[in-house]
Amino acid sequence: MIEVQDLTKSYGAVTAVDHVSFTVNKGEILGFLGPNGAGKTTTMRILTGYMPATHGTARVAGFDVFTDSMEVRRRIGYLPENPPVYPDMTVETYLDFVARIKNVPAERRPGRIDDALRKTNLEDRRSELIKRLSRGYKQRVGIAQALVHDPEVIILDEPTVGLDPKQIIEVRNLIKGLAGNHTIILSTHILPEVSMTCDRVVIINKGKIAAVDTPQNLTSQLKGGQKIRIETDAPEKPLRDMLAQIPGAGRVAIEPARAGGHQAVTVEAAQGNDIRNQIAAKIVEHGWPLYELHGVSLSLEDIFLELTTDDAAHAQASS
Amino acid sequence: MGGLYAIYRKEMGHYFVSPIAYILIGIFLFLSAVFFNAILTAVINESFQMEMRSMQFGAPSSFDAPSEVIRSFFGLLATLILFLAPLLTMGVYAEERKRGTMELLMTSPVSELEIVLGKFFASLSLFTVMLSPTAIYLIFMVLHSDPRMPWRILLAGYAGVLLLGGSLLALGSFVSSLTENQLIAAVIAFAATLFIWVIDILARKTDGGATAVLQYLSVIRHYEDFTRGVIDTSSLIYYGSFIVLFVFLTVRSVDSMRWRRA
Repeated sequence: MIEVQDLTKSYGAVTAVDHVSFTVNKGEILGFLGPNGAGKTTTMRILTGYMPATHGTARVAGFDVFTDSMEVRRRIGYLPENPPVYPDMTVETYLDFVARIKNVPAERRPGRIDDALRKTNLEDRRSELIKRLSRGYKQRVGIAQALVHDPEVIILDEPTVGLDPKQIIEVRNLIKGLAGNHTIILSTHILPEVSMTCDRVVIINKGKIAAVDTPQNLTSQLKGGQKIRIETDAPEKPLRDMLAQIPGAGRVAIEPARAGGHQAVTVEAAQGNDIRNQIAAKIVEHGWPLYELHGVSLSLEDIFLELTTDDAAHAQASS
Repeated sequence: MGGLYAIYRKEMGHYFVSPIAYILIGIFLFLSAVFFNAILTAVINESFQMEMRSMQFGAPSSFDAPSEVIRSFFGLLATLILFLAPLLTMGVYAEERKRGTMELLMTSPVSELEIVLGKFFASLSLFTVMLSPTAIYLIFMVLHSDPRMPWRILLAGYAGVLLLGGSLLALGSFVSSLTENQLIAAVIAFAATLFIWVIDILARKTDGGATAVLQYLSVIRHYEDFTRGVIDTSSLIYYGSFIVLFVFLTVRSVDSMRWRRA
């Protein structure tokens, strides 16, 4: 449905998006994850035809976003970073205006507006002026605006910003409900959002793609995929020597015991190399007290930090 | 062209819910009424004096009072419009950019030309609404003039005001498309208006080769023909090209937003 090839966008000397390629299949929800300023918004703006790319191509439903911009725009619903609303309009007249400029035929307009209002839970606010709505409601009007012409592709730039936790859950459920009939790209810098709503994740940092995969695979397949957490009151030096001898054991971090607790040890282990039994056997062999030993999967949070922190900072952290 | 109509409707709705349109229309109608009254009084006094003089000397009066009123009144309207048009158009694009709604328009299946024309026709319609009550004064005057003054002078005058207004609105819209700040848009449009005045003053004062060029370039000089009831083809072409030029520049300016940052 969406094919992006080698997309690059430079503003003078600054490269906001750097040779980005990915595809989105029909009916899929793709999450765009990255820190602020990573190039998420720029990529989305290119896809919606708002700005041209410096280099590379992007196709939506088979149409090039630059040469067939009108065809692409007909098929896209877009929520920019700030909801593009007119404060002096009521919710309903605003949606009517958007439906008109999106070429929704007159006889279908009332039905489409009702549908968008229902999906975003705005039915009781339809005749209220947009300037009187709270930030969360304005955001919902922005989402309704992206749905009103029933587009094939929906692009949402940070759809849950400014919403309270209950509204965030509603919006996530709404987005999940839209998948299947619509192809969706959403951007966020909130990690749980991606694992909760998206089929696939593109992690982008400094304009470059750091990883593309399903949230599950990203969580389980990363290098050093597993951490093992041990609680044992062993002396630090012999414990380190012992762990260093176990093949497959990586970086070791030791937290000294807190009052009433035990010393906590975290060992990184290579993917597909379960060394928990060996560690347990060695600890018992040395006669150290063992209170707890369990594997911890890296959370999306860890992966994200690993992929997006500076290489220098990362090297420092691991040394 | 459904997009053009949608934009037009939206703009009209926006004008009539925002206080600025009402304030400007109010100021315009108040000032034009006060000045019409002053002009009418002055011309009537003058015509009495002429009558007295002609009675004294026995020569028939050649003073055409209604034409004098129309010429002065339309001259005054031009002055008011020069200062009010930048205020009508200052927000047309600047506000849209500031609110981020330009991003909605530019990712919708409407062309830049539809956006620009929709907005231009809306500002012209508002201008017409603002102007129309002034016709009442003049219609009354024409009805009570003796011998009856021809309607075409009045119609030509209004054609001139609309063309002058359309030109200034096209210019002001273009300026508004260059910035996100309404105040800057208004100030630059005022500066452009002052420049138009300066050209007109130079056209009156200088002589030599440049005069003919300056006279043709003067927005106000062309307007004066209309207030005398003369519709000159060269003036029509002048205003037509002025409006087309600035509509075209606005389209280019809106399109160029895609290539600029933010």
